Amino acid sequence: MVSKMSSKMVGSNNLANARRMVQQLRVEASIERIKVSKASADLMRYCGENAKYDPLLMGIPASENPFKDKKPCTIL
Amino acid sequence: MGEIEQMKKEAEALKTQIEAARKAVHDTDMASAASGVAPAPRVQLKTRRTLKGHLAKIYAMHWSTDNRLMVSASQDGKLLIWDSHSGNKVNAVPLKSSWVMTCAYAPSGNLVASGGLDNMCTVYNLKTPVIKTVKELDAHTGYLSCARFLSDTEVLTASGDTTCALWDLETGKQKTVFLNHVGDCMCLSLSPDMNSFVSGACDSLAKLWDIRDGQCKQTFLGHTSDINAISFYPGGNAIITGSDDCTCKMYDLRADQEVISYQDAALNSGVTSLALSMSGRLIFAGYDDFNCNIWDSLKGEKVGVLSGHDNRVSCTGVPPDGMCVCTGSWDSFLKIWN
Repeated sequence: MVSKMSSKMVGSNNLANARRMVQQLRVEASIERIKVSKASADLMRYCGENAKYDPLLMGIPASENPFKDKKPCTIL
Repeated sequence: MGEIEQMKKEAEALKTQIEAARKAVHDTDMASAASGVAPAPRVQLKTRRTLKGHLAKIYAMHWSTDNRLMVSASQDGKLLIWDSHSGNKVNAVPLKSSWVMTCAYAPSGNLVASGGLDNMCTVYNLKTPVIKTVKELDAHTGYLSCARFLSDTEVLTASGDTTCALWDLETGKQKTVFLNHVGDCMCLSLSPDMNSFVSGACDSLAKLWDIRDGQCKQTFLGHTSDINAISFYPGGNAIITGSDDCTCKMYDLRADQEVISYQDAALNSGVTSLALSMSGRLIFAGYDDFNCNIWDSLKGEKVGVLSGHDNRVSCTGVPPDGMCVCTGSWDSFLKIWN
């Protein structure tokens, strides 16, 4: 079982780290955000336009399905 | 007031500002916006192939861009290259270290990579008469959790040392180190335009990075435990994450926030892996409870389940042509479904 060893936390009582954190937050605070309604509409449109090309959504006719025949696995 | 105190105060003010800005654009959520969308059909996929050959837990798999070959990694100390159509093994790559956690196929099909508790990313050339190790990328100070090729000359890695890195395969050196996570990085996903990538970590955050300037551009909050899986939505405007908190979430990049959560009171197993169908409408999420649940990404409803593995589903992948989904498990088998 792989254990996720947590590495040490970045100390926030270190001046350089505090400066870096503020700098990073300034970058993240400055971005333009669009409304979730617009973001959602765009995602819905993307799905709608691409649905017909999505084999797992539309189903695959047996004649076009490269995985249709179940064959035993050959060991080389 | 000392400078550190001032910095802390400014940091808190900025966090409050960001939260307010997110709230200001939160005029709805994805599920409500999609209430008028026709439900996705009930998805019932059949197992088309069961790929047997690994002798221990499978930890990772990755499709080739040719939609046919795939690579899988197991703690039996091997990478196996499979022809998914025939179900045959095409190649076996013995690993120096059997504690593998990730594998990747280069877009060209020429190279594969693996890495894990050896802290290294090893790159192999599949096209030489005998498979050769071409580079050992050795600089991380923690385990390698994920690797992805941008090309035959550049690789992105995520590590338990809390950093991600962009490597030059010709020199074997790190070109850029992405620093900002405060927990082990567990996963990464490249944007469709290849200019950015997102990472998920044990600090429960997902971060968006600019590949070229190394800067973290956005941080996504919401999960309450390790993020084990992450993927860009096709189109590049959203990302999907999977976590030990038993939920998957969609974050929209332009709204800079979570827009929907995929969860169920009956589900109390962590998410290990995820993959999206070609249009993005379906999310295939692998869980610790041996199943892979299928979610309607727009409406947040479960629309199907892939049951068949006898142990944890550790990895999932949909090839670029979207013709199937592959699941890999600790039961040592890979299954192909459509």
